[in-house]
Amino acid sequence: MRTRGMAYALAGLLALSVAACGGGKSDTPKASNTGPVSLRMTVWTSNAAHLKLFNDIAAAYKAAHPRITTITFDSIPLDSYTTTLTTQIAGGNGPDLAWILESSAPDFVSSGALVGLNSTIDSAAGYNAKDLSPAATRLWTQGGKLFAYPFSTSPFGVFVNTDLLTAAGVADPAGSVASGQWTWDNVRSAAAAAHAKTGKAGLVIRDFDYKGWDNLSTVWTGWGAQAWSADGKTCGFNQQPMVDAMTFLHKGIFTDQALPGPGTTADFFAGDAAMTITQISRASLLASAKFKWDLVPLPTGPKGKYAVIGQAGLGVLKKSPHADVAADFLAYFTNPANSAKLAAYFPPPRKSQLTAETLAKTNPLLKPAQLQQVVIDGIASGVVKPSHSGQAELNQAVRSALDPLWKPDANVRSVLDGVCTTIKPLLAK
Amino acid sequence: MSGTFWTGSRRDQLAGYLFVAPQLIGWVLFVAVPLVLVVWYSLHEWNVLGDTFQFTGTANYRELLDDPKLRRVLVVTALFSAGLVVGNLTLALFLAVLLNQRLRGTVAFRTVFFSPVVVSLIAWTIVWGFLLQDNGGVNGLLRVAGVHGPNWLRGDTTALVSVIVVQVVKNVGLNMVLFLAALQGVPAVLHEAATVDGAGWWRRFRSITVPMISPTILLTSIITVVGSLQVFAQIAVLTQGGPGDSTTVLVYYLYQEAFQFHHFGYGATLSVLLFAIVLALTVVQWQLRRRWVFLES
Repeated sequence: MRTRGMAYALAGLLALSVAACGGGKSDTPKASNTGPVSLRMTVWTSNAAHLKLFNDIAAAYKAAHPRITTITFDSIPLDSYTTTLTTQIAGGNGPDLAWILESSAPDFVSSGALVGLNSTIDSAAGYNAKDLSPAATRLWTQGGKLFAYPFSTSPFGVFVNTDLLTAAGVADPAGSVASGQWTWDNVRSAAAAAHAKTGKAGLVIRDFDYKGWDNLSTVWTGWGAQAWSADGKTCGFNQQPMVDAMTFLHKGIFTDQALPGPGTTADFFAGDAAMTITQISRASLLASAKFKWDLVPLPTGPKGKYAVIGQAGLGVLKKSPHADVAADFLAYFTNPANSAKLAAYFPPPRKSQLTAETLAKTNPLLKPAQLQQVVIDGIASGVVKPSHSGQAELNQAVRSALDPLWKPDANVRSVLDGVCTTIKPLLAK
Repeated sequence: MSGTFWTGSRRDQLAGYLFVAPQLIGWVLFVAVPLVLVVWYSLHEWNVLGDTFQFTGTANYRELLDDPKLRRVLVVTALFSAGLVVGNLTLALFLAVLLNQRLRGTVAFRTVFFSPVVVSLIAWTIVWGFLLQDNGGVNGLLRVAGVHGPNWLRGDTTALVSVIVVQVVKNVGLNMVLFLAALQGVPAVLHEAATVDGAGWWRRFRSITVPMISPTILLTSIITVVGSLQVFAQIAVLTQGGPGDSTTVLVYYLYQEAFQFHHFGYGATLSVLLFAIVLALTVVQWQLRRRWVFLES
């Protein structure tokens, strides 16, 4: 009897688990009932100004749609964002809408986790989907269907602390840009001088911290290097442009001390570094800066001028019980009027809004010249940060294989050969 | 009918079941169900994003045998556990013996060594993350002493040693308190008799103290071994398994596979492996107790 009872109990548990794992497979947004609806969107910003803007847009939407009871914006820290999001989805507690990092775009777009948005935005009054720049939507499109709205196409630029650079006797970066002297060699020398004379860090590649290696694409693109070929099949780490770029960086870190070494932190926005490479959405951190600053484009590399852009998409999860309502809210959140408001922090994908005049209206911290040089020119010519299907596994494999490079006596070529050996099977998947 | 069914013994049985029900329901919901589900998941390939859940039989277990990374992960796990268990138990016993003296200030020292136990694990680890930076507090102290310290969390060996030390200092107070309680239970008369017989301090410690507190040594070693195999937060905060894979222990590897790479089926298989290892080590320790634990032979 006891054995049979145990068998029934186990069978029950298994049945429960199978039931828990079952799910719908439809390709179109699930139509929800007509009752009250609460929506939740995961975002990685916790910036009060960003959240206030989102809540203002959500409040206007709720006022026009009485069945929407609440719209919450759930902030998840950037470094664990995708992991937390997928864990929530696995636990049956996924959000209705989610921001998606460019590095996860291939996985989310190709997996079928997101709802196709074309029918919703095409039928939204005044949306003008044709205004979306094809360069911005490319990463989020599959088979002609748009799976996420590229709400932020944000070029990387160099924020400079002009007080620290002046104290170090370094030429004004804006002047160097104008005279064509804003090159990587000169920037490395300037950063080394700033570190030597002020004791602060020279140049910080923000969010790299010897782990987020994809942020180094803001440097190596200047050498014409790439992590992998455009088709994602061939490793680029052991090719000559990458070896040259990494040798340059290695010398900058360990010989010139132009960049802080591993295990050393320095926050530009707290005044601890002379220069930092990051996206313009971080300009909001400078609202109460106690030092003079400027924003200039990435330095010229051996291959000439270049730009690198990071992207973020906004998608609707297919598993959401209110996917149709969520898609409708997405169309409202990103309509021309709201897109112009969001442009204060997130460069929009709308061609009509990508002008220095439009952006200047909502970016009081940035001058029209900065917006033109960094944002508008950057978006026009920018290379998107590396992304690949199975990016999380690739990220970890590259990080681990690159670790031996961050030592003073590293053999750059042999480490980079090792990276390619490690990631070859992953690129072939 | 109900009168004949509810006999005295059946009523007693029902009362007994009701008394254990709160504990039993909790155990079933939070231990038994997850355990069965993990085994069930390990027989499947679960793609969270694609929302697919396919039965793959023993494929994940075959992958376990062929996984080139697993061998290194198991070696790191063994080194971490050995370092932690030996470091923790030795230091805890040493501190307990020192603080078992009737001297001024022992209560203050006991509090100092126990206080990390009640500090939030994440807060503790983040603070140590700052201290262990190249330009952090530890190297600052070493510089005062004229020593150029290593970049603790960036060297393969120093990173593993750092994580072990951070964890030893965090939890040594708990074992120290257990050892203190056991030491105070050793009858003074035994020591007095041995002293009269001419036994020195070390001989009394080896032949009286250790055998008398051996049940506590067994308890602390089981708890510490199990705890060492389940370490996660310290690795996630301090090193993320690096540099290279020098601090990727089994639980962190499991987390990477399941939650970062979305291989939930394989992650579940790794947790079945972890369960088997913990179970085997505990059974071995329990069986070996007869050989060395006083009053267990």
